[in-house]
Amino acid sequence: MIHFNAFVFCGIVCLIGQIILDNTKLTPGHITTIFVIVGAFLDVFNIYDKFVLWAGGGALVPITSFGHLLIHGAMDTVNNYGVMGLFMGMFDLTSSGIVAAIIFSFVLSLIFQPRD
Amino acid sequence: MEKKEYKKIVDKYTPDEPRFRNALIAFIIGGFMGVLGNFLVDFYSSTFDLSSKDASVFMIITLVFLGCFLTCLGFFDKWVGFAKCGLIIPITGFAHAMMSAALEYRKEGLVTGIGSNMFKLAGSVIIFGVVSAYIFGLLRLLVIGG
Repeated sequence: MIHFNAFVFCGIVCLIGQIILDNTKLTPGHITTIFVIVGAFLDVFNIYDKFVLWAGGGALVPITSFGHLLIHGAMDTVNNYGVMGLFMGMFDLTSSGIVAAIIFSFVLSLIFQPRD
Repeated sequence: MEKKEYKKIVDKYTPDEPRFRNALIAFIIGGFMGVLGNFLVDFYSSTFDLSSKDASVFMIITLVFLGCFLTCLGFFDKWVGFAKCGLIIPITGFAHAMMSAALEYRKEGLVTGIGSNMFKLAGSVIIFGVVSAYIFGLLRLLVIGG
């Protein structure tokens, strides 16, 4: 059942993105940026956590989860260090994705030639 | 010719985007990406005996690797052209943006090419993510208190 929920959630997020892309002049870069901001906003009142409970890994695949994980990491350190915690834990949970993207991109770009 | 008339003629001859078809494809491909993510979380948590939180980190790394590797092999650009938001919105789109920037600027050198241009496309996601997370985090701290 959770596989079905993952399909529905991730599909609907992509569907919204596609509708915005087709009906406005925004570029894919704008859309991913908007989705990250929306993901961070949804975590203010713990709404995104409910999506993660409902759709499991399906809610962690769209880029909205990036914003959710950024604010989540920050709030974890805020509980221990107060306002300064906002600066400390921001990348705690997202570092895996960013570091993986940097390492793989760098190494693979040395191995492969660009194709046109 | 006046600009308005010109725009009318251009609009007449630009092919209409098949919006319904695009939306349907994005929904289906995006949905299968979600299922793949969920399946990988289940797979890692049962095989390596991890908590679902750790398994989701493994899942994200796997998807980022797939996005980078398939971009290098040249498949991914075609798939993105077909599925559009179905592959751009998932984390693979982030990997694709970084990988294609790294490949494109590689010939300009390691530091001035790859080093300074890798985040050219994906940088806005990180910048706006951090700025918005900071502002919303501050708001949450003030309103709810942590």
